[in-house]
Amino acid sequence: MISLRDAALSYGERVLWRDLTLEVGRGEFLAVLGPNGSGKTSLLRALLGQVPLSAGTLTIDGRPPRRGSAIVGYIPQQKSLAPNTPLRSRDLVRLGIDGHRWGIGRGGPAIRRRVEELLADVGAAPYADVPVGMLSGGEQQRVRVAQALATDPRILLCDEPLLSLDLNHQRAITELLDRRRRTRDTTVVFVTHEINPILAMVDRVLYLAGGRFSVGTVSEVMTSQTLSELYGTTVDVIRTGGRIVVAGAADASGSSHHSGSAKEAGT
Amino acid sequence: MNDLWHQIFNFSDYGALLGLVKNSLVAGAILGLVGGLVGTFVVMRDLPFAVHGISELSFAGASGALLLGTNVVAGSLVGSLLAACAIGALGIRARDRNSIIGVLMPFGLGLGVLFLALYKGRAANKFGLLTGQIVAVDTVQLSWLAGTAAVILILLVILWRPLTFASVDPEVASARGVPVRALAPLFTIVLGLAVAISIQIVGALLVLTLLCTPAAAAMRVTASPVKAPLLSTLFATVSVVGGTMLALGSSIPISPYVTTISFTIYLVCRGIGAVRTRTTWGRRKALPYAGQSEARTEAPAARLAGKG
Repeated sequence: MISLRDAALSYGERVLWRDLTLEVGRGEFLAVLGPNGSGKTSLLRALLGQVPLSAGTLTIDGRPPRRGSAIVGYIPQQKSLAPNTPLRSRDLVRLGIDGHRWGIGRGGPAIRRRVEELLADVGAAPYADVPVGMLSGGEQQRVRVAQALATDPRILLCDEPLLSLDLNHQRAITELLDRRRRTRDTTVVFVTHEINPILAMVDRVLYLAGGRFSVGTVSEVMTSQTLSELYGTTVDVIRTGGRIVVAGAADASGSSHHSGSAKEAGT
Repeated sequence: MNDLWHQIFNFSDYGALLGLVKNSLVAGAILGLVGGLVGTFVVMRDLPFAVHGISELSFAGASGALLLGTNVVAGSLVGSLLAACAIGALGIRARDRNSIIGVLMPFGLGLGVLFLALYKGRAANKFGLLTGQIVAVDTVQLSWLAGTAAVILILLVILWRPLTFASVDPEVASARGVPVRALAPLFTIVLGLAVAISIQIVGALLVLTLLCTPAAAAMRVTASPVKAPLLSTLFATVSVVGGTMLALGSSIPISPYVTTISFTIYLVCRGIGAVRTRTTWGRRKALPYAGQSEARTEAPAARLAGKG
């Protein structure tokens, strides 16, 4: 579904990554890890067609990425919306269907039914009419999943969707994503600081650090040796009780919840 | 005391007066429609300060036109559009935007004061630009006003959905192909046009009473993207037309009437909103999530912390 060949991305002098060659298949769950500023979000932006590669080629389903493509769904990280935002959950989902079109847009029963379906699929029907500014973090992210699925995409791009959610909601959201890819063969690219919530479903990991990268299964990439080579310094990867803890990597801890600067070059 | 009351409210010869201000009432209705709709986006995009900034430059343009003896509406349109272009070009990020507005605003006000000081005509004309007026709307001005309002409404109809998306949810909107960056300066121009025509009636200092208060009030009582602009329009129209009719017989400018009605509506809506938050929208918080896998319900405190 996604094919990168000798791809590089740089802002001026600063090279985020280069020589990236990667094929992501249908229904594959790819986790993208790395410290702040390593180019994780920029990779998503390239996949969304928002920034061009500085070198190499990128195709999505055989074609170059295009802004607003219906085959790509996007889930952003949870953030607080203004409490007086004049939108309910159902309206946010509807924007995912036709919010990019010009004009006022008349709903109609077909769109209304589609919104109901999408909300019911992610278990968000009970708060369909609640203003988005009054949703909890977990509720908001469920609605985000529904919104991202509005165009029935074949690829889901997720930018730290679990950030600032508690464990129960993290699990609920990851289960929704995993179910979607299993039932519909949807490819998932999941940018995250924290691999543990998605450990059970990850097929491969793309680890970006210091202009370099490493790709492979969790047991190939998440080792002391691989990460030490990537960072160029001693990094210890400890597996404990079904969890992976990364120690010693500057700003790449397996458990930190910093957000802010992770959104480098955000709009 | 009675004298004071009669200064503020005087309804003698009301019918005759009403005929004289027919133009103003039509203008008020147009402004209510435009202000209510544009205000919805002003509140969503957090732009009240930009409204104030643009209105001061619009005031400078209008007073310049007054001094030169040309069309005042055209003058305020020029001032507005210059301000809107400056804000649109220089203030793409919210932080830059506010300081640029803060720099432009006193400059515009200063220019306006200069032009008015040089102007030798009727004092009422001068004061009117700052605090609003009713009698000054002649047929030529009314057609300018209606023409500008038509342009604003057409632009709003075209931009409505993507502008809503870009205003409340810029990241996902951009991912879905909405030209989020291009929409910001475009909306600032629409806003500039709306400010320029609002100044004619409510005055430069009080434009926010049309372009912010009604929309803010509406959003207190509804979260529906259809009802909010409709209510906002209703509130704005009631404020301007109602204010004009109350101000009719008195010697006081129109603005205190308009602002008072608009503020009262806001207070009432805030009260209704507070009750609704606690009852319909808020009641859900006490319920466990039916049919879902979560074992526990978040405590209200955890919710607030999560939003921080």
